[in-house]
Amino acid sequence: MCTTCGCAAGETRIEGEAVDAGDGHWHVHADGTAHSHAPAHPPAGGLRYAPRGAAHGHAHRHADGSVHTHDAAGAAADAGALHYGHGPAGAHAPGMTQARMVQIERDILSKNDGYADANRKRFAEQGIFALNLVSSPGSGKTTLLCRSIEALRERLPIAVVEGDQQTSYDAERIRATGVPALQINTGKGCHLDAHMVGQALRKLAPADDSLLFIENVGNLVCPAAFDLGEAHKVAILSVTEGEDKPLKYPDMFRAATLMLINKVDLLPYVAFDVERAVAHARRVNPALQVIRVSATSGEGFGEWTAWLENGLAAQRAQKQETVAALRRRIAELEALLAGAAR
Amino acid sequence: MHEMALAEGVLQIVEDAAGAQGFARAKIVVLEIGQLSAVEPEAMRFCFDAVARGTLAEGAQLEVIAVPGEGVCLNCHKTVPLAALYDPCPACGGYPVQATGGTEMRVKELEVE
Repeated sequence: MCTTCGCAAGETRIEGEAVDAGDGHWHVHADGTAHSHAPAHPPAGGLRYAPRGAAHGHAHRHADGSVHTHDAAGAAADAGALHYGHGPAGAHAPGMTQARMVQIERDILSKNDGYADANRKRFAEQGIFALNLVSSPGSGKTTLLCRSIEALRERLPIAVVEGDQQTSYDAERIRATGVPALQINTGKGCHLDAHMVGQALRKLAPADDSLLFIENVGNLVCPAAFDLGEAHKVAILSVTEGEDKPLKYPDMFRAATLMLINKVDLLPYVAFDVERAVAHARRVNPALQVIRVSATSGEGFGEWTAWLENGLAAQRAQKQETVAALRRRIAELEALLAGAAR
Repeated sequence: MHEMALAEGVLQIVEDAAGAQGFARAKIVVLEIGQLSAVEPEAMRFCFDAVARGTLAEGAQLEVIAVPGEGVCLNCHKTVPLAALYDPCPACGGYPVQATGGTEMRVKELEVE
């Protein structure tokens, strides 16, 4: 487990249920045996690939060409890890292996990005405008969301995915506004990833042509690196925080398309310089758009809801274009087929 | 931080490669980490040691090639070295500088046997 924030695998919950790893996984033992199995072994101390308690047998090939099977019990077990290479099961003749270099050239986040691409494809096919809302804890994300939903729900279908380490309080607050919401609890995790969101989408089943808010875990660091398949990240900075946050946490403000400066109704009471905050944010992200809002007074909500509606209209138009292109292609193919049948 | 999830990503890439290329152990894992990326190399090392335990990469040495940051100054339009996302342009002292390089987080190569 990470000692900085405690994030680890195996603790994610969606609406209180354990997340299904789905396709199982495969792994490689120290003796070179590779195999796959259902995700049956429990996470050992949160480390996904430490096969403590794994009770699966496997077959492997020795350097002399003989192949045999045995169960994992033959391997030496010490506290916490199995060393397949140390016991009789993994004994290999010295000198039979040769070190070599293997070129990889793959992005560390490639697996997450694959899931994000799948989410993005789904959003495109359904004409869903998905936003990833990121901020520190306490910036007023959920209150802002509730007010945005109140303002828009008569005009557009809306759905919400809520991310928090624990509790379903936020999803309950959203459901009280009358729109569907699903809570993801990341356990010790410090961010949502694209796989969690993909699973949440399957359960939530947001409507075609809808607006989807994904409220990330309150954290200005980790969510910056993880693409969820969203159209945009929206960073929320409230005037009760420091105006230097965009410099202290530059990755997040660089990854965002829009910054909402929230709680502007409190500006007379705090020493927050909006212009400085915007200048700091644009130092790390020159193209960053900014809207000043107050989820309490409703100030700036006209601009913010217009931004949302424009984004959704563009996403819907893109879907229509794709559908129109597919229809044209079908018509062309049918014409070809009719020609061939003649 | 998120280095734990990233370290698991590295391990998955190593295991994928082991399946495809048929090797039994990874001895050295070479990463390219951009100076402007969201990774702290020391935290990455710590987390990788933890996730690699009990796998074919147990005890593997993690080598980090630091890729220097680079950006285009929107003030003087020069391509300049950039140490942090919020730094001013070293040529003209102006802002902002749009980062163009040094944001990568990649597994470059492995020494295996």
